[in-house]
Amino acid sequence: MPREMLLDIRNLHVSFTGYRGHSRVLNGVNLTVGRGEKVGLVGETGCGKSLTVRAVLGLLQPPRARIRGEIWFAGRNLLALPPGELQQIRGREIAMIFQDPMAALNPVFTVGDQLLDIIARRPGGRPSERAAWARAVDILKEVALPDPERIMRAYPVQLSGGMRQRVLIAMALVNEPALVIADEPGTALDVTIQEQILQVMRALVDAKRTSVLLITHNLGVVRQTTDRVYVMYAGSIAETAPTADLFSAPQHPYTQGLLASVPKLTGEGVPRGIDGMIPDYLNPPPGCRFAPRCQFAQPRCQQPPPWVRVGAEHDVACVLYDDGSRPSAERAAPSPIPLPTGEGTDEASGLPSNTAPAVTRP
Amino acid sequence: MLLGLSLLIFVIARVIPGDPARIALGPLASRAQIAALRAQMYLDEPLPVQYAHYVRGVVRGDFGESLYTHRPVTTDLHDLFPATLELVLYAGLLMVAVGVPLGILAASYRDTWVDTLVRLISLGGVVTPAFVWAIVLMLIFAYALGVLPVAGRLSAGAVPPPPVTGLVTIDALLDRNPATYLDFLRHLVLPAVSLALAGVAQAARLTRASMVDVAGRPFIEAARAFGISNARIALKYMLKPSLIPTVTILGLDFAALLGNAFLVEAVFNWPGIARYGVQVILRKDLNAIVAVVIIMGLFFVVINFLIDILVGYLDPRIRLRQADEAA
Ligand SMILES: Nc1ncnc2c1ncn2[C@@H]1O[C@H](COP(=O)(O)OP(=O)(O)OP(=O)(O)O)[C@@H](O)[C@H]1O
Ligand SMILES: [Mg+2]
Repeated sequence: MPREMLLDIRNLHVSFTGYRGHSRVLNGVNLTVGRGEKVGLVGETGCGKSLTVRAVLGLLQPPRARIRGEIWFAGRNLLALPPGELQQIRGREIAMIFQDPMAALNPVFTVGDQLLDIIARRPGGRPSERAAWARAVDILKEVALPDPERIMRAYPVQLSGGMRQRVLIAMALVNEPALVIADEPGTALDVTIQEQILQVMRALVDAKRTSVLLITHNLGVVRQTTDRVYVMYAGSIAETAPTADLFSAPQHPYTQGLLASVPKLTGEGVPRGIDGMIPDYLNPPPGCRFAPRCQFAQPRCQQPPPWVRVGAEHDVACVLYDDGSRPSAERAAPSPIPLPTGEGTDEASGLPSNTAPAVTRP
Repeated sequence: MLLGLSLLIFVIARVIPGDPARIALGPLASRAQIAALRAQMYLDEPLPVQYAHYVRGVVRGDFGESLYTHRPVTTDLHDLFPATLELVLYAGLLMVAVGVPLGILAASYRDTWVDTLVRLISLGGVVTPAFVWAIVLMLIFAYALGVLPVAGRLSAGAVPPPPVTGLVTIDALLDRNPATYLDFLRHLVLPAVSLALAGVAQAARLTRASMVDVAGRPFIEAARAFGISNARIALKYMLKPSLIPTVTILGLDFAALLGNAFLVEAVFNWPGIARYGVQVILRKDLNAIVAVVIIMGLFFVVINFLIDILVGYLDPRIRLRQADEAA
């Protein structure tokens, strides 16, 4: 790849042992973020997006969560680092913007108190009290908060949701990290405020050439903000492509379903959802986890799906592209997958009992 | 609230059986003597009149004379209450200074042997009443080992410091008299520890539970993601929010120490108001009972007031709401 790699998640597995049994949630996630690149991560709720980024930050507690794989960041494998060194990286080199601005700020300390604690960790030594305060006021101005001095002295309850979300962005960016992970920023807020928040965030990261990993449900935001997208389904990556390619030529049946489920502003037709539900992680289907909901499922889907390159930086985890007979040129055509042969569907209905019958659509 | 309490205790004191005048004067008293005393105590008047006399006295700070010590009740309280207050204050201090750190320790090393040990010990502390500790500790340290005095507030020969506040600790310090101070502390250790143990255990359990609860909140994960150190997260980001529920309950426990002090004072022969309270109840010494109950009620009120202030300090949401209401 031409771009210098900043974050490289390789074959990440995360599982939990609970009283109901062993749930294998992340099932071999591969994901990279280049320096200065803005990458989107999409997928329906519960597919493991937050889990992936919490693993990157070392926020999963080992006795409860079992983690396997490698997470390389700027030349170090974060999963092999001692906890002390990982803590040095958090908030300095990698920072996180949290989803729920109501819950992510400590209610009993002032904004200033919390922000100054983060500024005290600036690389290059703890700044003087006055310098730290000045830096805090600056960053609050940069996220377009009015009257920063007052906000420094305010408790979170005294601020609106939009203001708190801006404070959280300020906290994440104040130490100028190389990578910012934003987990659905602003989704708890109303749409116009959400849009403002994203603008503020985009302006700041563009100015500093910060790399971004943006988790969101909003495909419009992905389209506007990111260079490249990962589509995640039930604990692994289904497809990745440059943003424009993904929207113009989605390859994985799940990606196609996801895009089709977005209502179009032109108002043509009802958006089609994907029938069925995300599988139970306690007892996931063998092989491709999407197979039970996939209208193109075949016996080969019982095996782990192959990872097929279908174009420049465009990869898809699906057997449909495995036969080598699909040259990348054909991929460029917006109309995707051919209808499956009758044979394929028949075999699909012969899948084991833990897989639902093939999806039918009107 | 105090008015309600005073009415309640007035009624209770009147309905318990036995003629206070007869008990006070003993079996040999003549009928005329008893009648005279009854008249002096307004016992022959109708109840509302008795109550009016009683309230007038209380408001003036005059509780009448004790039938037990034959001194003004106010004098008795003045002499005895500081001893109890001092005992309770030190027990309360122990409760917070030992119990809360134990809870923090258990929560920080949650699900390890440290946690298990603290939880087992505190379970023992909670289920064992203070007077049992008093007797056990007394047997071990005063009789078997002989390292601490058995009873009393100061050694026999010791000269008490000039009373300024009535609290020996403070008076001894004001008097610059470290010897008396140390002698007093040696006497204080056993009663204070036995009184405090249940509270220490309770404080440890509450702090632990509350810290564990706070540990699961998103703002703690956020602080961790911002790279705040584990120690700072535990002692700042987790501790302050988790003290809010803890302080409220510990305040009630602190007030309850006064009640538990009855038996501890009795075991250690501590010259305090709680022991006095037991004696006057047994003698149906109405004036003294009323005074003891009122002063305990006052203590509860003051403690509750202090807790409200402390919780307001810890929790800006409450403080801000109060400020809004005031505006
Ligand atoms: N500590 C845990 N113990 C057991 N299971 C967990 C734990 N944390 C997460 N999971 C499971 O992992 C799955 C993925 O969770 P995750 O929060 O990553 O989803 P997500 O993709 O971020 O969803 P959303 O879009 O709703 O935020 C969920 O099904 C959840 O039940
Ligand atoms: Mg999530």
